[in-house]
Amino acid sequence: MSNYRLHLMLCSGTACQASGSKRVKKALEEELKKRGLDKEIVIVETGCNGFCAQGPVMVVQPEGIFYQKLTPEDIPLLVEEHFLKGRPVKRLFYKKPAPAETIPYLKEISFFSEQMLIVLKNRGLIDPENIDEYIARDGYMAAAKALLEMAPEEIIDEIKRSGLRGRGGAGFPTGRKWEFARSAPGDIKYIICNADEGDPGAFMDRSVLEGDPHSVLEGMIIAAKAIGANKGFIYCRAEYPLALKRVDIAISQAREYGLLGEDILESGFDFDIEIYQGAGAFVCGEETALIMSIEGKRGNPRPRPPYPAQKGLWGSPTVINNVETLANVPKIILNGGDWFASIGTEKSKGTKVFALTGDVNNIGLVEVPMGTSLRTIIFDIGGGIPKKRKFKAVQLGGPSGGCIPEKYLDTPVDYESITELGAIMGSGGMIVMDDRTCMVDMARFFLRFIQEESCGKCTPCREGTRRMLEILDRITEGKGEPGDIELLEKLSYMIKDTALCGLGQTGPNPVLSTLRHFREEYEAHIYEKRCPARVCKALIRFEVNEEICKRCGICYKKCPAGAIEWEKKQPARINKEKCIRCMTCIINCPADAIF
Amino acid sequence: MPKLTIQELKKIKERAQKGIALREGKAKVKITVHMGTCGIAAGARECLETLLEELAQTDRTDIIVTTAGCMGMCSSEPNITVEMEGQPPVIYQHMDSNKTRQVFRRHVLEGEIQTDFALARGK
Repeated sequence: MSNYRLHLMLCSGTACQASGSKRVKKALEEELKKRGLDKEIVIVETGCNGFCAQGPVMVVQPEGIFYQKLTPEDIPLLVEEHFLKGRPVKRLFYKKPAPAETIPYLKEISFFSEQMLIVLKNRGLIDPENIDEYIARDGYMAAAKALLEMAPEEIIDEIKRSGLRGRGGAGFPTGRKWEFARSAPGDIKYIICNADEGDPGAFMDRSVLEGDPHSVLEGMIIAAKAIGANKGFIYCRAEYPLALKRVDIAISQAREYGLLGEDILESGFDFDIEIYQGAGAFVCGEETALIMSIEGKRGNPRPRPPYPAQKGLWGSPTVINNVETLANVPKIILNGGDWFASIGTEKSKGTKVFALTGDVNNIGLVEVPMGTSLRTIIFDIGGGIPKKRKFKAVQLGGPSGGCIPEKYLDTPVDYESITELGAIMGSGGMIVMDDRTCMVDMARFFLRFIQEESCGKCTPCREGTRRMLEILDRITEGKGEPGDIELLEKLSYMIKDTALCGLGQTGPNPVLSTLRHFREEYEAHIYEKRCPARVCKALIRFEVNEEICKRCGICYKKCPAGAIEWEKKQPARINKEKCIRCMTCIINCPADAIF
Repeated sequence: MPKLTIQELKKIKERAQKGIALREGKAKVKITVHMGTCGIAAGARECLETLLEELAQTDRTDIIVTTAGCMGMCSSEPNITVEMEGQPPVIYQHMDSNKTRQVFRRHVLEGEIQTDFALARGK
């Protein structure tokens, strides 16, 4: 193995595969073979590198040179120039938008250099389908320590000392959850990994499972020893084929080494893991519904208490932890709870992985210490808003969360601060929105999602969210009436107070948080019949503001209906009889002059 | 395959670490073969292969072998630069397979600069 002089770390996460990394791999293999370099240069397929927007990406080690947006056509040149002659190809480097600059080294790209990796420490460094590479980077050493040297109480103490809190959204202290399950009576206990990630725009858990599946297995082994479980389940949605495949490979490799099964590492402890594929219902991410689903029943939540830690899967004490929570566990056992507690803020320890997406330059997977400001994440790591547009808000926590406007951008990211602003940390979806986003329309999108995913068991969620959606539909269609805002608020609070599970209780959050920070937009829709962001079609007049119009004629050239009258140096006019209200002029107008 | 013990797990770790050490950026020695067209024509490819063979025979995980373009002194090719942590780089000239082997064993492994083949001491 050691006589490879170059390791080509080619990303094969879902995003890079979708943009063609498999074809790039094939081209690389062929070209290396042709040049007789295949004995000295190895291609390693890694999990998600994180910089998904630039895919397919590849890092050339040992130099750490970062190539982006590779195509099979680039490969012959790349192999000859860089891999044979040692001249890295500048054309394929990362280009910083402003001030314009090309950056060859991964560690100098601000997207990477501002991050702190704990959960993702193996990102892009190992082949997720090779257990030996995981072991090489301290893999399974924490499990060995927990199984051979630590008593269950000591493990729980270490986790409690670390201050680790659940990364699935609610932020419940992990150590305490384990303690409840440990002290609950019963011979049979279970540990479940919740990989039913369903928020629109979130992909943290998927990336961890794809890129470092063994870290989750190891976390589960340690949790199992702590609570006294001999059987674990990974509940992962069937829409994650690559994650499922890699976890499946990881489990069989771990079994082959005896790291799962009977008498692990001669410790006398037995533990095995099974994958349970979910059908993709959002509500099954709720822990009681998830348990029902594994039991083979319809995924409906049930009232708590009893909490799963007391009465969970098949009535036995069960710990349900999120993927990222479990991936943190081996690092805490290995480095100590105090080390972990030294990172982050007073009440939120460690790091958090975010899926950064939406109107932001560097879309991708980001891990930062708790307490990092939203501004750092969006502007330093994320590279700001594309096309010189203005930042408007960031949506955190998916459909259960809320949005945060510009004036709170310096808020440190931790559970409490985010909750104070009316959003939630959630599992880590972070959707950035620019000034072309209508907040009423955005709230409607998330509410529709909740409404469609509502399981229908309790009335407040089933009926209440439908009524709210109807009101929002009306407002965006220009039929909003005075009193609608108050009605929305009343319904929201009622649903929050009376819904059975987390889905319903948090469902109105997108409406409440947009009402809190962008009430004037609702008012403009209802009282002035105007959509300030020009998104809601029914409220757009399709007229040109002649004072702002640049007289450039772009709308004239783009209009598919020939509805625009324009002559050089004259402002444009829209002929309403011909206009088909297709939005093309609005999207293309450089001056935002059409309203 | 039989069940692992903790000793066997540690052995796997050691063995696998060697394979991935290169990715972790902890190298202490960097050997650069200058592979411009001139270098390749003068035989740099053989020097590179020799280095990789030699490296495979050692247990060292902190040595990396890499390539770079022409240095601009085409008449002295093949050139090899040896950079050891804390020392100025040494550039060797007119290398071939045997000289490369000697440089690897005596300079890289034992720290004795082979002045006979050296062109210059860089900064």
